[in-house]
Formats: sequence, structure tokens, C-alpha cells
Amino acid sequence: MVRCFLIHTVCPVGALGSGESRVLYSRVFGPDEGVWTDQDRELSPQERRLLQKEKTTAVARQVRSAVSLSREASGRMLVETVPGEEALALQEADGGVVRLRAGDPFSEEMSALWLGVQSLGFTLVCEPHENLLLAEGTLRNLTRHCLETLHMLGQGSEVLLRSNRVDALLSRLLPHGQLLFLNHRFAQSLEKEVASYLAK
Amino acid sequence: MYAHSSESLIKQAREIQESELQKFQSRLGKLLHGRELGHEAVDSLQRLHLILSATKYTRTLPPELHKRVKALLSSPAEQFQVLGSAVLRETLPPAGQEVNYNQENFLPLNSHAAALLLSQAGSRADLSSLCAQLLRSLESRQPEGPANSLMHTLPILNAVLTHSPECLTEDHVTLLSKRLVDWLRYASITQGGGAPSGGFFTGPRSRQPIPTAELDGTVSGDFFTVLCVGQGFTEDQWMNVYSFSMLRHWLLTYHSVSNGNNAADTDDRSEVDGSVVSMVSATSSSSRLLPPKERLREKAFQYCQRLIEQSDRKAHKKADTDLQKACLVEAVCILDCVCGEDASLVYRTFPCIKALFGRLSSDLSFARVLLPIAQFYLNHGEMAAVDCECVWKLVFGRFPAELFNNQFLAHELLRFLRLNLESLQLRVPQYSHSFPNLLKFLAWDSPAVVDDFVDLLPSLVTAGTAVELLHTLLDLPCLSATLVLQVRSTCLPISEPGGRGLLSLDAFRSQSLRGLFLFLLRGEAGSGDTIDRLSTLHELLAETADWPRVVQCAQTVPVLLHIFFNTVVAVADEKLLAHLVQVMLERSSLLLNVPKYKNEIYRVFSCHLLRLCKLHPSLVVDESHELLEFAGATAKVYSKEEIYTHVVWVLGEYLSVSCDSRCSVSLITSCFETLEAVLFEITSSAPPPGADCPVPRVVTSLMSALAKLASRSHDLIPRVSLFLSKLRTVTRGGSVAWCSDEEDLVAIVTRGEELWSLLKAPGVAQSVLTPPPLVTTPQWHRDTNVAMPLRLRALTNLTHAQ
Repeated sequence: MVRCFLIHTVCPVGALGSGESRVLYSRVFGPDEGVWTDQDRELSPQERRLLQKEKTTAVARQVRSAVSLSREASGRMLVETVPGEEALALQEADGGVVRLRAGDPFSEEMSALWLGVQSLGFTLVCEPHENLLLAEGTLRNLTRHCLETLHMLGQGSEVLLRSNRVDALLSRLLPHGQLLFLNHRFAQSLEKEVASYLAK
Repeated sequence: MYAHSSESLIKQAREIQESELQKFQSRLGKLLHGRELGHEAVDSLQRLHLILSATKYTRTLPPELHKRVKALLSSPAEQFQVLGSAVLRETLPPAGQEVNYNQENFLPLNSHAAALLLSQAGSRADLSSLCAQLLRSLESRQPEGPANSLMHTLPILNAVLTHSPECLTEDHVTLLSKRLVDWLRYASITQGGGAPSGGFFTGPRSRQPIPTAELDGTVSGDFFTVLCVGQGFTEDQWMNVYSFSMLRHWLLTYHSVSNGNNAADTDDRSEVDGSVVSMVSATSSSSRLLPPKERLREKAFQYCQRLIEQSDRKAHKKADTDLQKACLVEAVCILDCVCGEDASLVYRTFPCIKALFGRLSSDLSFARVLLPIAQFYLNHGEMAAVDCECVWKLVFGRFPAELFNNQFLAHELLRFLRLNLESLQLRVPQYSHSFPNLLKFLAWDSPAVVDDFVDLLPSLVTAGTAVELLHTLLDLPCLSATLVLQVRSTCLPISEPGGRGLLSLDAFRSQSLRGLFLFLLRGEAGSGDTIDRLSTLHELLAETADWPRVVQCAQTVPVLLHIFFNTVVAVADEKLLAHLVQVMLERSSLLLNVPKYKNEIYRVFSCHLLRLCKLHPSLVVDESHELLEFAGATAKVYSKEEIYTHVVWVLGEYLSVSCDSRCSVSLITSCFETLEAVLFEITSSAPPPGADCPVPRVVTSLMSALAKLASRSHDLIPRVSLFLSKLRTVTRGGSVAWCSDEEDLVAIVTRGEELWSLLKAPGVAQSVLTPPPLVTTPQWHRDTNVAMPLRLRALTNLTHAQ
């Protein structure tokens, strides 16, 4: 099961310290971890929500660090793409996996798959026994849809004001965090549903 | 891409004034009160969501508004369901409006409302109730009901299973097992509803049922799977996809060997469960020979075999080819799981797995599929008496050597190693010799995999390979540079236009120097600890020392060295440790010149030299020749003062008869003379051109070491005393060429005076500077004089009533 899907910055943000990442969209799936971890039983719902937010920020930070190290190592120049060049942007994107040790920040070990498209990162936190091939494909697909429907290659801030589109997308392609084995026909069918949702 | 406007939006959302927020909320409440909800409502809800989610501190909504938003969950327009769910997930219900999970008011439950319930469940009991409700709706659903209402059931259940498998009672599990069997094995094999392919058919009656097709276009001849396509899909075909997507997790949760008796949670049993069970058993056919769990296992087995066969077909679309690979991974993992549960399946499965391996092993693009196959071999190969040699050759040979730059493969392969360490060490004899290959992952992408190597390295430290491993670790930055060169060599043309050729790249390609690089690129340990012409190699790679990959790799080496040394003391005998000390001394002048790298390595060496000598003091006598050679080189005082200080210290501390009976007077004297010569040299003249003054600690260490040695061989005392008094005289005259700081000089002289006065009483000097082990490792309870009071005190404490 996928624990969460994040869209966050991987470039320096003025208001934040270096190495920090601004989370623009976060969707945590499933019940809160605190429900069954003994140590978090004592927490109030507000504290649980706070803890969850802190955890997603921690993941975003770790991925940001991984992205910048990976880009530094590969020495590739970042290609600026404009709206309309989503396919190119995705092709040029760098990707990888971060191992999140048990306790840092989730109570169990997780694998955070990431795709870095210029200044933004798209991260899928999966349980490690999950089918990472499928997860990688799903992440790419989700990223492509997000780039297209939210016009993310432009200068706008639609990801903040149109988060319901991402929610709808996730409810089809990653319902409640479930990775789906979709051949092109099933995928087309779901994408049609999403398209009709967006058209409203 | 990320604009200033986004930052200011977030700022606004966080800093919104209370009064403004209240105005906004009441306006929204009024909007939601209206009949027709339009764009303004959508925008306002979206803004409300941003306000709530922009801060990590929870804001609650006014109760009226909360109620209105909650009502959106059952709105006919999906957009409002989505927004309602999103908003409510970012806040908490006001007092009195908390969801009561035990009430039966959830039906009909759409996906977005379910998401909210799932995220706000506060306890296992809540989740159990939710599951019970979902299953009830699954069973009691009308056949003509909306198709979508079923689909999210399985993902939600899967989400709950992740941590609370006991939220489903045994009856639930049985029920679902049966449904899963139906969906997986008996989904319809004709293309589903939806728009007919041709425009001429007007009604359902005139439409011929078209069978589903395989990915290469041929007609499906067998039951429906995720790799079958059609123009449209029926509901049970959708459920086939959802069922398979959660199948592995289901099997792992409920079918693992240790999970035999899944004790029903008696607290969560509701009266409805009994009736559900009886309904199922009443309608079930009696042709079932196996209980539900075993039947599901059998059907899973068949499904996976079919997938493996279907994956051999040539799909028309790339997305489908990728899916085939993912399906292969999943199928092999599920087969691994069911074989673990029922060993008799191993004999039926192995031929299929073996054939798959044969098909894929030569194609590196299937590397990630071959890893689950390797896991299968590891788990069941012994039982089936199958030779796994070819598998290990791939996993430890070709994969690291040729796919070191595939991040995902690296992650999965290293995870495979971590999870199966014990088995691998037992069953794969070449495991401990495979580190030159495995370390290629680290050399290429250190930040991503260093964590894995922290876990794996201890298993690679064996007595037979320790020396070679140490050399390999020290040369990891060189390996990193070589891998970069190897990749560049295949990508770039032979001669770069413009003439900005890399010296290192030319060297890499040249016939005469190739051997040096080939040693680094070797796949297995055992052909030699290191090469003679290491310094040549370092020179050739000098220009690579600022390449980011090399620098990142160099930063991870100290950590790994610490782990190496901590592990090696457990497996090495004294002879090996002595050899390692030798290697440390040799390599201290043979390191790639990456900035800060050398100093970090010296620090590690110093720390472990100390530790090793403390554990085995006789090492100092064993390696006295090498240590003295090191200590006698004055140049090292200036270039390697950290490690030099420690070498001097161990010589002073452990070169004594009490540590090793082989320590002769002549050895002490020759050591003394070596150190004395160095001390004379550095305190009699200015440092050589280009070097800084010697660090004061070096001078004081030398002095202390000389004093210690002298205290063991009293004829040397006059020589030391003479030097120390001369030092005092010289420094009284003011500044000296070899020490620039006045305070440091004072400290040195003070130490000199202390030692001088100590040596005036040789017997005292000996017991202070060479204390007997009794003093350094006190065991007061064994001392006849001290023990009695301790015992009495202990007994008194025990017998007195507290």
C-alpha cells in the first residue's frame, strides 16, 4: 500500500532554510499510524495530525536532499521546459528511491520513490515489500497527469488552488493508496473518467 | 515552475486574520445553503482547504459550516464529494459532531466519504466497524446498483489490513476469500458494456458478445486476468483487477505460516456477521472440495501461472510491456508466498520458474524481474534440490558489474541482500568474496545506498578477505572515478572535438594502463589485496578528485571504515590485526587526494590504532619495526600529525615488558633513539619551507613517550633530562622558530618541566608512567584490603529492612 503521495519543492525556497522543502500537496492514505502504534496512543487527534504533518515534511526534506545530491552527482544541466512540453519534462526528469529507516519518520521501514521535474519533486512513499516496478510506473503516470492538468510547467500556483483535481486523479489511479495493475485499456477508461471530471 | 505567487498564497493562508476568516466562513456557509452550487462554491471550498492545510496546527470549523460541508459528502456532484472530503480531512469535528463508527448511517458510501472515515478512525474498533459495514454493503448490494460503489471496497480493506488484520473477523476473511476466488478465476471473458465499438449496433440485443483479447491482439483462450484487454469492461472484470492488485498483501496477511489461528476478535462480532455467514453457506455450491483459504491459494497459483504465460506475448504498447514486467514480479512473489504456505506446490511451480529464468536471464532489462526469482530460488531451491549457481552468478556478478547505475535495481538488490543475509551467507559460498562488485553500487551513488551498506558491511568482513576489503574501502573514491570513466568511455566518441580530453579518460582507454583500472573493476575478491602501482593510479586519477560523485563517495568511506574496524576485531586473530596495522601505516601515504578525505581517514586510523593496541598491546611489539619506521620519518610530523601523534603514543604506552615479554632493552633503546632524533630535529630549527610549525601536541607526545620509555630503562633517563632542561633554557630566551604561539610554548615547556621532575625519582616515574595493570584496570572487589569493607557494606544494605 502506498502511504502517501507528495508534491513538494526540490529547489531552494527563499522563506525556508536551505535543505528545507515546501510541501504543496500531500495526501496520506489509510488510517493514521497513531491508531496502532503504542507510543502514539496517548496523543490527542490534534497532536496526531501535527505529527502526521511533521512526518510528511520530514519525508519531503529527505527527498529534497536526495534529489540535490543526485543532480549534483550526475552533473546534468536542468532543462527548462514550458507548458506544452510535459512529455519532454517527464523524460528529462530524474528519479530514484530513498530508504526511510524504521522510525525515520514512519514507525516501519518505507521506500520513498521520487521523480524530480525541475524545481518540484513528486514522491510516493510505499511499503518496501510493495511492487516497486508498478509503483514507479504509477508515479510516472501520476506525475504526467499532474503536470498536464495543473499546468505545472508554467508560473501559476494551481497546485495549491486546484488540489481537488489531484484528489480526483488519485481516487482513480491510486484509490486509497492501492497500486493497480492497469493495462492500457483500463487506464484509458479511468483517464476518461478523470477527464470528464476535470471538464466540469 | 515554483513561483513566488505560491509562496505568498501560503503565507496569506497561514496569516489570515480571525475576523477575515469568520467572514469568509459565513459567506461560504451561505453559499452552501443554496440549491445550486456553482463555481464560486468550488473556489471557496478550495480556498478553505488551503487555509486549513497550510498550517500544521488544526483549525476547526464553526459547527454549522462543518455540518454543511459534511452534507456535501452525499452530493450527487463528485466535485463536491471530493472537496468535502478534502476539507474535512484537514480539520477535526467540533465537539458533539464526532463520527460514531458504530452507527449504521454510512450507506451508500462513496469513495471520498470512505476516505474521510478511514483517515479519522481513532481506534481499531472504529476500523472493525467500518470493515463490517463495507462487507455488509458488498453482500447486500443490488445487482443493478451503481458499479462504482463496489470498487473502492477492496482498496479500503487493504488499507486497514496493513496494520490491523484482526479488524476482519474470521467469517469476514472466509467471505472475502470466496469473493476473491470468484473475481479472480470466474470473471466474465467477454468484453464488457460501455460504448460499443461499432456505431451501427443500437441495442444490447443486437450486440454480439466479443471475447476479450490478449495484449498481442489474439483472442483470449483462458480466464480473464489483468493482462486481458477489451473495448469496455464488466464490473467483475474490474473487480478482477482490484482483487489481483491486493492479492499478495492478502496472502501475506492471512496465509503466512505463523498466522494459522487467526483468533476472532470477540469484541467486534456484531449480530449481522452470523446471518452473513449463513447466507453465504446456503447459496454456496457443494462442488467445492477445498476450504476457502486453500481454494484461494489454488486459484492464486493458477492466476500467476497464466500471467507468466501471458507475459511472453509481445504487447503492442509500451505501457503494457511495462505492466507485463510488473505482473511477472508480482506473480513470482505470490508463487513464492503460496509455496511457502504449502510445500507441495513447490514441485508444481519450479519448472515454470526455471523456464522463466531461462527466458529472462540473458536480458538485463529484466533484471528487476530476476530478483524475485532469485528470492524464490533462495527460499525453495534447496527443497527442490535445484542448482542455483547461475542465479547467484547474475545477482553477484552481472548485475552489480553492469547495472550499478540503475538506482532502482540497486535499491532492490541491496534490500534483497539485507533481508536474506543469513540464508545467503549459508547458501552462497561466493557471497563474502563478492564485495568488489557490490561496492560498485556504493561507489556510483553513495548517498542513496550508504544506509544499506551500513547494514551489509559487517557480513562482508571475514578473516580471509579483511585485508583486501580494507584496501578496497580506502580506494572507493578511485572506483567511483573509474566507473564514471567507464560510463563516459562508452558514451563519448574516441577523441573529443576541441581537444579538451581528460587525462584520466585517455589513461583508462590506453592499453598499458588498463590493467590498473581493471583491478579496481574486478568482480571478485581473491586475486590480490591491492596493486603495486597504486600511486601511479592515484596520479592518473588526480583530476577526478573534485568530481561530485567521487567527493560524495569519499565522504562515506570514514563511516564504513569505522564499521569495518568494529567488526574485524571480532573475527581477526592477532596476526591479522598486526597486518591491518601495517596496512594503515602504509596506506596513510597512499590515498587519492580528495579534499578533506585524507584527514578524515587519518582520524579513523588514529582512533582504531589506539583501540587495537589497547585490546592487544603485544601488537606494538609485533609491528615495532613498521611503527618505528613510520615514527622515524620527520616529514610525517608536518603532513600527518594526527596519525603520527597516535603512533608515538602507542609506542610510548605499550612498548614495555609488562605488555609483552618479548620487549627487550635494545628494542626500547632503539625506539627511544628514533623518537629522540625526531624531537631534536623539529625543535632545533624552523619547519621546512611550505610547512606549518609542528602541532604542540606532537611535541608533547614525543616528550611523554620518551619519558615513558626512559622510565623502563633507567640509563636513558639522563638523556631525556638533559634534553628537557636544554629545552627550558632555550625557550627562556623568547620565541623559537618552531613554535609560533606563546601559549603553546608555555604549555610545552610546562609539560617538559613536569616530566623532568618526575624522572628525578625513577621508581616513582616508573609507576606513574608505566602503571601496572592492577592500577589501570581496577577490580576493587578482588583486592584483599579493599574488598572486605565493600562486602560488609553490601551485606548490611541487603539485610537492613528498607
